[in-house]
Formats: sequence, C-alpha cells, structure tokens
Amino acid sequence: MKVHIPSPLRSYTRQQSEVDAAGPTVAALLDDLNRQFPGIRFRMIDEQDSIRPHMKIFVNGEQVYGLHVDLRPSDEVHILQALSGG
Amino acid sequence: MKATAKSAKSRTAAPGVALLVATKKGGFIVTSDAKRRGWAIRGPFHLGNIVHHMALDPRDGRTLLMAVKTGHLGPTIFRSTNFGKTWKEATQPPAFPKVTPTPGEERKGRVVDHVFWLTPGHTSEPGVWYAGSSPQGLFRSEDGGDTWASVAGFNEHPMYFSWVGGDGDGTPDGPKLHSILVDPRDANHLYLGMSSGGVFESTDRGQDWKPLNTGATVDFLPDPNPEFGQDPHCVRLHPLDPDILYQQSHCGIFRMNRPEGRWERIGTKMPKSIGDIGFPMVLHPRDPRTCWVFPMDGTQVWPRTSPGGKPAAYVTRNAGRTWQRLDGGLPAEQAWFTVFRQAMTADSRDPLGLYFGTTSGELWASANEGDKWTCIARHLPQIYAIEAVEAPA
Repeated sequence: MKVHIPSPLRSYTRQQSEVDAAGPTVAALLDDLNRQFPGIRFRMIDEQDSIRPHMKIFVNGEQVYGLHVDLRPSDEVHILQALSGG
Repeated sequence: MKATAKSAKSRTAAPGVALLVATKKGGFIVTSDAKRRGWAIRGPFHLGNIVHHMALDPRDGRTLLMAVKTGHLGPTIFRSTNFGKTWKEATQPPAFPKVTPTPGEERKGRVVDHVFWLTPGHTSEPGVWYAGSSPQGLFRSEDGGDTWASVAGFNEHPMYFSWVGGDGDGTPDGPKLHSILVDPRDANHLYLGMSSGGVFESTDRGQDWKPLNTGATVDFLPDPNPEFGQDPHCVRLHPLDPDILYQQSHCGIFRMNRPEGRWERIGTKMPKSIGDIGFPMVLHPRDPRTCWVFPMDGTQVWPRTSPGGKPAAYVTRNAGRTWQRLDGGLPAEQAWFTVFRQAMTADSRDPLGLYFGTTSGELWASANEGDKWTCIARHLPQIYAIEAVEAPA
C-alpha cells in the first residue's frame, strides 16, 4: 500500500515522500517499513510500542492511535509529524 | 625560497586541538592550529538535530559518537569512523526494555527521551561505550556504539525507582543520568551521577550499584543528608589518581578521597557574593589538586546565569582551600549566559588549554589555564557540550 513519509523521516527513504509497504496491521506495516528503511520505526514508535508524541498515523484519512489496527492492501497511510519548539 | 619553506612547513604542520561542540541545532568541530591561536569551524553536522554530547574514542583517535534527538523523532546515536567526515546511525540505539503491563498494573516501561551522556569504555575493552539518558538510564555498547543494550544491573535494580525519583525530580528538560566514569585501573569499577538521584558506584561492571553520597549535603530535601536523592551536576574522577573525585552539585562543590567515601564540601571558601553553585567542573589532568568551576546564580529563583552578569571561572590549586577568580578577557558586565555541565573542558597540553561554551552560542578558549580568555566563535546555537581532543594528523 501507499505510505506517505514526512520530511523529517525522508533521510531513511532516500528522500522519497511516498513509498510502498505491506502488512495486515499497522504494526506489521511499520515492521515492513523498517525492513526496507532500517531505523525508521524507532524514530516514530518508542520502545514500549507507543506512537511517539507529535507523530501521527492516518489510515484513509482517519487517525489511528495504536499499532493493532487492521489494514487492507488498498488502504493509504499518511505518517505525519507535528512541528513545534524553537 | 621562503614561500616554499613556509608551504612545506604548512604541509607538515603539527595538528591542533579539536573541540567537539554539541549544540541545540547540530554538531560542530572547531579546530585550532598547532599553537591554539587560529580556529576554524567545521559543520554543522546534522543541522536541526539536538545534539547533547559528542565524544571521541581515545582508543583509536578517529571514531566519534554523537547523541542526537530530532525534534519529535525518537532519540538515536550517530557514529563516524573518520572524525566526522561521514556519519552513520546506530543500528540499535539505546532503549529501555519493553514492559508488557499486566491488567491493572499502572507502571509502564520507561522510554528514552534523549541520550545525554557518552563515555568510552576502559582501554582494555575496545569497542565498549556507555551512554546515559533522560530519564535516567544506563546503556552499554560492545561494538563501538552500533548496537546498545540496557544495563539491567542499574535500569532494573530493585531500588531503581527509589533512586531516580519521579519524572519531575530532575532538570527542566528531564531527569538525567550523566558523569559515567570508568576507573582507569579497573574496568569493573564504575561511577555515575544522576540529576536527580546522586552519585552511585559499581565494582562489578554494572551488575550492582550502591549510593555514594555520604557528606553530599542538600538544601532542597527535608533531610539534608539523605542516602540518595542529591543533584550532582558534574562529577569528575582524576585520571592520575582515581581515588580522588570531585563534584559540582546543585548545593556546592565537593571532593572525595577513596576509599573513605565521604564528600567534603570545598566550595565554602569561594567568595560569598559568588557562592559555589554551578554546572561544570574541570580537573587538571596532571595535578589532582587543581580544578576549575564556572559559578552561576543559584539564589532565589535560580537564574542560572553568571552572578551579577559578570562571568568568570574560578580555580583552586590546593584542592579547595583557596579559590582565584579568572575573568581576564571575559565581558565585564551585562553578560547573562549559562555554561552547562558538559560545556567546559580542558585539553591535555602544557600549559593547559581551557574551553567553555555558552547558552548564547559563544566558544571561549584560554591557552594559559584560564588567565586570559578569548572568544573563538560566536553566533553558534545554544551549546550543550564540548570536548577537547587532539585533532588527527
């Protein structure tokens, strides 16, 4: 499925803003992303498997809050990062 | 002929000192000529990333580690094996063990917010590094910083949560584990400091730990002499006499002689108008009785700036019996910067070179042990840490 990558993570995807990845759940999709782009998962998901604060994952335009959400091959995933700070 | 000779000389010029500068917006390497007169800035490395510490592996003289946090992305470590020419991310950055809470259990596993401190391991253990994090965690790498493991003897110690306190018991940007010290005589003998938590010691390579805070009085707890809970800002071990420890804490300047294991406050001889509160502490590598501090205002609401807006380092050359002000070349007034705990250091030359970086992005250097200071860089981002090393040839 199509996964949109925010600019802070594009150093992992060779600057691609859109990549293909697969998995029956968000967790599996992130594992596949990490297989393709080593290190990308830990920047988004902490060691307790929580989505890091200010990182957001949308499936077909709807925000999801955990990794156990089911996915279909036709889904479109947006990974977004809020920007703040100084 | 003269030009040719000069050119040949420049080709064979001795290397200078390199300052590894960690800032809020990236890393820099600031390198001097052989006489430490001219300085050149290289970087930024990883612009926009918060770099809390950069350290060189003294066992090979070329490998650098950089502790990085990127805005809201998770923390990581970047490695360079060619003194900063190229960088590669650690395959497995420091992380706490995953904890699966049982139903009804409130306590969840901890999450590393940022890696704050990096220490190369003992000379007998090539490739070993230690890292300290916020919140307080201790991590170890055995492959030059590529993969990291939680040190269970500390992070899962039965007393861990008592020692570290809550997430609010620390610095404004999170409690920290810092000042990881390796006894040069014994790879099994380690110290660490925590803000908050105090100083702790291990004699079995990190499998078990004990508080080492006797005498380190505090003024922010009901009990002025707790077993732990202190706030050491910076702890140093003398490389020539590792039985001597110093600390600049939240509550004063202290010295300890081992094996007695009692901290003695040596900051009471500082001028009363200055006090003995500060962040950094630097030891003279060849004289265990000489050390420098950079006092800050710890009165009332703790401005943490130079007292009165008049920055100065202070030196003792007799283990704290007397202190001397060192402000030659520094602003005489209206200078309100802070020097963080990792942002003051020394090289190993003779006379010793001293360096500090400020929250306002200035780098100051002294080639004569603090008698005269020169600003060697300004307009850098806020400086978190500097380390002085010999630049590779």
